[in-house]
Amino acid sequence: MEREKVITAKGLTKRFGDFTAVDAISFEVGKGEIFGFLGANGAGKTTAIRMLCGLSIPTDGEATVAGFDVYRQTEQIKRNIGYMSQKFSLYNDLTVRENIRFFAGIYGKSHQFIKENTERLLDRLHLQAESNKQVKSLPLGWKQKLAFSVAIFHEPDIVFLDEPTGGVDPVTRREFWNMIYEAAESGITVFVTTHYMDEAEYCNRVSIMVDGRIDALGTPQDLKQQFKAESMDNVFLKLARKATRGE
Amino acid sequence: MNAAVIAQNLVKTYGTKKEEVQALKGVSFEVAPGEIFGIIGPDGAGKTSLFRILTTLLLPDEGQAQVDGFDVVKDYEAIRHRVGYMPGRFSLYQDLSVEENLKFFASIFHTTIREHYELIKDIYEQIEPFKDRRAGKLSGGMKQKLALCCALIHRPTVLFLDEPTTGVDAVSRKEFWEMLRNLKQQGITILVSTPYMDEASLCDRVALIQNGEIMSIDTPEGIVRSFEHPLLAVRAANMFRLLKDLQQFPGLLDTYPFGEYHHVVLKPETTEQGLYAYLQQKGHTETKLQQVEPNVEDCFIALMKTAT
Repeated sequence: MEREKVITAKGLTKRFGDFTAVDAISFEVGKGEIFGFLGANGAGKTTAIRMLCGLSIPTDGEATVAGFDVYRQTEQIKRNIGYMSQKFSLYNDLTVRENIRFFAGIYGKSHQFIKENTERLLDRLHLQAESNKQVKSLPLGWKQKLAFSVAIFHEPDIVFLDEPTGGVDPVTRREFWNMIYEAAESGITVFVTTHYMDEAEYCNRVSIMVDGRIDALGTPQDLKQQFKAESMDNVFLKLARKATRGE
Repeated sequence: MNAAVIAQNLVKTYGTKKEEVQALKGVSFEVAPGEIFGIIGPDGAGKTSLFRILTTLLLPDEGQAQVDGFDVVKDYEAIRHRVGYMPGRFSLYQDLSVEENLKFFASIFHTTIREHYELIKDIYEQIEPFKDRRAGKLSGGMKQKLALCCALIHRPTVLFLDEPTTGVDAVSRKEFWEMLRNLKQQGITILVSTPYMDEASLCDRVALIQNGEIMSIDTPEGIVRSFEHPLLAVRAANMFRLLKDLQQFPGLLDTYPFGEYHHVVLKPETTEQGLYAYLQQKGHTETKLQQVEPNVEDCFIALMKTAT
């Protein structure tokens, strides 16, 4: 079954002076798909994500995100996506409830919506007892699960996750992926970067960036066959070793 | 033989009485000279507190520790002359050049770049083309190499590396571990912490740490051997539904995704055939079951679950 496309990129390019950070990348991501966006440090992932989130205007090429154009409709894009990274997710000195209310408010959700869904979320995450504590007192794993829930609280079409599980223990890392699966089942498209190659296997499709280009794109199964590798780790190493530019 | 590092019942607590966080709850271990000893655990496990105590930057609340025969509280000055420390966060001078940073650290330790050049040669040669560049303008991988050179410039007896590979891609991680193997050849004892379970196999011995407590200390092979139950790797056409169905099957101790497979820890009385029949009955297709060797991540998961 052909999925409805929620991200399309065609020849998307970003240059800084004479340095081409992102070099004419093209791909499509379908609704409810978990799309792994891999690449070595410095391959151009962050620059590409910034363009897709409406934070950086491309130098060349075309792209739409949630049906909006990355040149002219960046504000609409921001309203229809969620974003979470390891570095930036929640405000440490706000409580759990305050963080939820703050982010939902920014996305223009009604008082009624926030009230109802906050309780549901706190129940689901078993965070009722901690709901009035500052976020900084939560263990990292809980914080990351809460951050993900907050990033999709306003029911975006797409959520961008930039290394969401870095440094998280192996049990919580898997609970986190369970939440990703559930979000995808409910129709949210998940665009995720990771340095854990076992997590690449959990994606429906994976792209691997090398020196600003997408050098591989396909299901984990296809890529392993194509590169005659037994694991995604080996696929990644084969490709990333070809890189000629540093970070 | 004298141990290079001895930690005995180290305890460290932060915060107020009301909101107390116990970062270390009685940590003990010994590291032999010339060993690569890995401290493996997630963020918040207590790795950095432990390293800061052993490098004399933080006082323990309880317990004792010795590095190279010196006490971390009484003999802190002697220890500071003898150890190299690479903190998790980049801590060189951003507005000094590569070469200036190296010279600065050499002069602090009353040595010169030339005196122990052999030790850093292989690493320094990779960043030498950029020796006039300010450290703040280096890429992540080059910063890491410079920090390692600075930590080695006085030929330390013990090298402490706090999460040197966090946030580093798979290729650079492999290169970094090759550098560590070369340093070991030169007789330097290395304590290295990491949240990546797959790096355990690169250490001589590892301590698995979680919530301020060491769950296990052994060689990587020993850790894996201590995994008590049969472990299967299972896959089927629909992996998400497979996991849900596995979780409902009473004959298991645990199941979790593991790369392209789900791992299944069987109860002793459960047979592979029994599980296969159950999955057939649930309508799974393209089902594949095979017994596999556990790795350190399987062991960490098992230890975490018995701890709670």
